Amino acid sequence: MVQTKFQATGNGTMSISLPPATENDSNSLQPTGWLRFISFSLDHKVIGLQYLVCGFIFYLIGGVLAGAIRIELLSPISDFLARDVYNQVLTLHGTIMIFLWIVPVVNGAFGNYLIPFYVGARDMAFPRLNAVAFWMIPPAGLMLITSYFINGAAQSGWTAYPPLSITTPAAGQIVWIVSVLLLGGSSIFGGINFIATILKLRRPGLKLMQLPMYCWAMLGTSILVVLSTPVLAGTLILLSFDIVAHTGFFNPALGGNVIVYQHLFWFYSHPAVYIMVLPAFGLVSEILPVHCRKPLFGYTTMVYSIMGIVVLGLIVWAHHMFTSGTPPWMRLFFTIATSFIAVPTGIKFFNWVATLWGGRITLNSAILFSCGFIVNFVLGGITGVALAQVPFDIHVHDTYFVVAHFHYIVYGGSVFVIFSSIYHWYPKFTGKMLDEKLGIIHFALTFIGFNLCFAPQHWLGLNGMPRRVAEYDPQFTLVNQISSVGALLMAISTLPFLWNIIYSFIKGDKAGNNPWQALTPEWLTTSPPPVENWSGEAPLVTKPYGYGEKSSDERNPTITQA
Amino acid sequence: MPQKTAIYTISISLLIIIGGIWAIDNLNLLPVVASSNAPIYDELFKVLFVIGIILFVGMTGLVIYSLIRFRKKPGQVGDGIALEDNLPLEIFWTAVPAIVVLFVGLYSYDIYERMGGMQSLSTNSHSHHSMNSEGKVWGGIGLTSQKAIEKNSLPMINVDVTALQFAFLFNYPEGEIVSGELHVPRGQPVSLKMESKDVIHAFWVPEFRLKQDVIPGQPTVINFTPTKTGKYPIICAELCGPYHGGMRSTVVVEEPEEYQAWFKQNSKQPEMEL
Amino acid sequence: MTTLPSTKEKSEELTSSDTQHSDHRLFGLITFLVADGMTFAGFFAAYLTYKAVNPLLPDAIYELELPLPTLNTILLLVSSATFHKAGKALEAANSKQCQKWLLITAGLGIAFLISQMVEYFTLPFGLTDNLYASTFYALTGFHGLHVTLGSIMILIVWWQARSPGGRITHVNKFPLEAAEIYWHFVDGIWVILFIILYLL
Ligand code: HEA
Ligand code: HEA
Ligand code: CUA
Ligand SMILES: [Cu+2]
Repeated sequence: MVQTKFQATGNGTMSISLPPATENDSNSLQPTGWLRFISFSLDHKVIGLQYLVCGFIFYLIGGVLAGAIRIELLSPISDFLARDVYNQVLTLHGTIMIFLWIVPVVNGAFGNYLIPFYVGARDMAFPRLNAVAFWMIPPAGLMLITSYFINGAAQSGWTAYPPLSITTPAAGQIVWIVSVLLLGGSSIFGGINFIATILKLRRPGLKLMQLPMYCWAMLGTSILVVLSTPVLAGTLILLSFDIVAHTGFFNPALGGNVIVYQHLFWFYSHPAVYIMVLPAFGLVSEILPVHCRKPLFGYTTMVYSIMGIVVLGLIVWAHHMFTSGTPPWMRLFFTIATSFIAVPTGIKFFNWVATLWGGRITLNSAILFSCGFIVNFVLGGITGVALAQVPFDIHVHDTYFVVAHFHYIVYGGSVFVIFSSIYHWYPKFTGKMLDEKLGIIHFALTFIGFNLCFAPQHWLGLNGMPRRVAEYDPQFTLVNQISSVGALLMAISTLPFLWNIIYSFIKGDKAGNNPWQALTPEWLTTSPPPVENWSGEAPLVTKPYGYGEKSSDERNPTITQA
Repeated sequence: MPQKTAIYTISISLLIIIGGIWAIDNLNLLPVVASSNAPIYDELFKVLFVIGIILFVGMTGLVIYSLIRFRKKPGQVGDGIALEDNLPLEIFWTAVPAIVVLFVGLYSYDIYERMGGMQSLSTNSHSHHSMNSEGKVWGGIGLTSQKAIEKNSLPMINVDVTALQFAFLFNYPEGEIVSGELHVPRGQPVSLKMESKDVIHAFWVPEFRLKQDVIPGQPTVINFTPTKTGKYPIICAELCGPYHGGMRSTVVVEEPEEYQAWFKQNSKQPEMEL
Repeated sequence: MTTLPSTKEKSEELTSSDTQHSDHRLFGLITFLVADGMTFAGFFAAYLTYKAVNPLLPDAIYELELPLPTLNTILLLVSSATFHKAGKALEAANSKQCQKWLLITAGLGIAFLISQMVEYFTLPFGLTDNLYASTFYALTGFHGLHVTLGSIMILIVWWQARSPGGRITHVNKFPLEAAEIYWHFVDGIWVILFIILYLL
């Protein structure tokens, strides 16, 4: 395919130059064979898609486990799963969803695919390290899952609090630790790569404040990864010593202190929640302007608020420990610090609404999932701010209220954004369009199912249902069943999506290079892009969001033939 | 035309807010109030609920409104307005949430104080406790403040709680009673000093709106004054093993006379005579 | 329209991933060391918390002997200086000098490890004796692991600098620079560790 010819303009809002792409050029650079997707490829685009597909498979596995949880909770007695199996299932569900689905996908998949484009580079700073980081994931995930079939998986929750994690069967717990260490290592390597790529590999002439917002989100996230993940690694090493060598770091019977583990664990795992959501914020910032045909509102404040979230995110961890006997001053400090995260986060949300305002919005699946994200996340954020208040949290800590809070954020937030991003970038990944009708059915089912599943859980928590239980008071039966129906809808909603992905890949309409007429650099090349991203030199995009009525006659991306 | 839609949106939002306020008063969003700090909790809940509803409905309304009002109509060409920022607006929506969270923070501090959360543990003496009496204890909310203790002339009832997989044991040092159920008289402050024998558990009575982890090697305390007679569940809220879901007990709040009778009946008489 | 560097220049710089400017690799290394440092920070925080909150049983309090660790501190500090010398020599394209200083540095690192072993064997407590003992071994052991890795790295660098026309010359300094930064980092951690563990 010959590249679409664009009109040359002398317009000052944006200057992109792309050398002519000859028939010959683009042919030789087209992907060759799907085999490289299961090979040790160094191409950032291949690695990105590897992360995406691998993550999605783990999502389905985590989803089946969630299904098992919801089936068990249809009745107040423990009937479908044995009690210890239930604990294994919920531990695996939490671990898989966080470490093998959300984190690798919002960071690894989209980060690898998009960041080199955005900084105008041909690959990541360290392609080999990049491939190594990806290939640490499948073995870690497989190990984790097979542990379930061999000696039983870990059963102390994704938080693995000692002394429970020391006293439950050791084999499963050790496998859990090893695989989380591998996944953490992978995430650190990824983080180093992103920081180096964004700061060091920028195309000459491209300034930091001209980067698309996703770069800033990934920079902030990677800073969090580099600062906090090693602490988790150290902690888990100490925990494994307690299990294997019978040291007493976290074992009170040997003079240890169980609360120290919690501090160290949450020092990582609170930032981890921003590792799961900041990249999603970045992705939404890319998607909204394109389909609203408007510049991203408040670029500068967006950048500052990302950095604000990074800084605040590092000093709020103890809000997970309000009932752990922490001293009053500490509770107070963490209440205030946590509440203040609402301010930078709020700025981003208001900016997105301002981006919608006055736009020319195309109501497609990408925009619907993004807007669904805004709505869901605001609710999850509000319950988060409520949870941050010590006196409020004392009642609902470790109940279904917390489960509802974080599913509103991780599912209603991150997962919605992942779907939105797939709808948005699929044409770039494959050169084919997705079917919009199926996309909208997918959205409707997911949105309804999701709210049906998790909204009632707030009530369960407030009224006395603790989390991580396989049996509960009969008075909660009806509400739990409603919640399970919602989960079923969510499972069903996956089907039109999967069908859409597969069918469109084979039979979908050709997308062309830039079906959305977007301005960010990944659209200024063929779909799918050639091995080194551009057949000529990298375009200089200084105004990634330069949409607007002012230049409506030059609406098309202005690409100059050099 | 835009004004009209705006008016519609505002009035719909208002309706939903009013609906929310009605809902909180009329739906049973929270369990029965059975301790002196439950009503304080419910007050905080109401404030948070109303603020939350306003924010949520406001944001959702804005999103839906934008999607409808600014959707691309058939035949429309061209981009939206090239609006990139607006400083006053951005200052406004930085300041408003900041003020809201500041207010929420201060207010919940006040609630916390009224629940006795800021009471330092050293002033709250537990010398009556038999277990580990000179050791350090770790705080729980609901410590009855010194003032409240003075106002309430009734003495504090001290109970030592031991949690283990998968049960709670209640030990009344004064009567040498060991019981699987917690009995307390209505209107009298109770102080629990809790320690775990194995893994972390948590003591939770939803009707009291109180929860405190029970930790091995680190005794914790929690205080409350029950205000309504009845039987309420004590729930272990921290994952503690396979039977975590079944780790429950009951707190029986009785009229003082009934409580005295129960106490007499169960305590070892000779010791009491002494 | 912004002028761009010619295509040739660009593709040369970006196509081959292995010959990237050493700048990026050093930057990556430093980022990695920040991460590594955070692992230590976690351990230090745990140790200090234990000290503050978990008073040790009387029979668990030991007086640590100072002479050996002080010697260790000196060994490492001197080795940092000798490594610096090696770097300077390489810059001056004096390969012989550089090799000499590298060997001395590696020797000092190994001397440190030996002296650390001697200390381990003379200590009155073992890994699982009590909380204090466990943290002591975890901290010094994790650091010792770093010194071991560092010493191996120095020997490799020395080996590569030795062979004429080898990988390390005053034009390609990256492996030496990387090892040097890492070594200074390990020394810095030791100083903190020494202060926290032995002096406080
Ligand atoms: C991606 C994941 C993610 C994200 C982004 C968040 C975001 C937040 N979380 Fe959440 N949280 C989790 C995932 C996440 N959380 C998980 C997994 C757990 C449970 C862990 C476990 O125990 O297993 C948890 C648990 C958890 C707790 C502990 C509960 C308990 O166990 O008792 C608390 C308490 O403070 C909390 C608070 C918050 C707050 C204040 C935010 C804030 O960042 C939210 C900020 C956003 C908004 C507020 C909305 C937008 C803002 C506006 C529209 C402006 C106006 C708003 C106001 C003025 C309020 N979270
Ligand atoms: C981070 C991301 C994430 C995501 C996306 C999800 C997604 C879901 N979660 Fe998860 N969850 C966690 C993270 C996540 N969760 C964590 C961290 C915990 C805490 C664990 C702990 O306590 O340690 C938790 C705990 C948790 C609990 C509480 C368990 C307990 O405390 O006892 C429940 C209960 O309802 C639940 C339900 C669900 C459901 C129904 C989904 C659904 O959204 C999933 C929908 C997807 C699918 C269903 C996939 C589609 C699959 C198919 C089409 C195949 C066929 C399907 C079936 C056979 C059903 N989760
Ligand atoms: Cu005890 Cu849960
Ligand atoms: Cu948190």
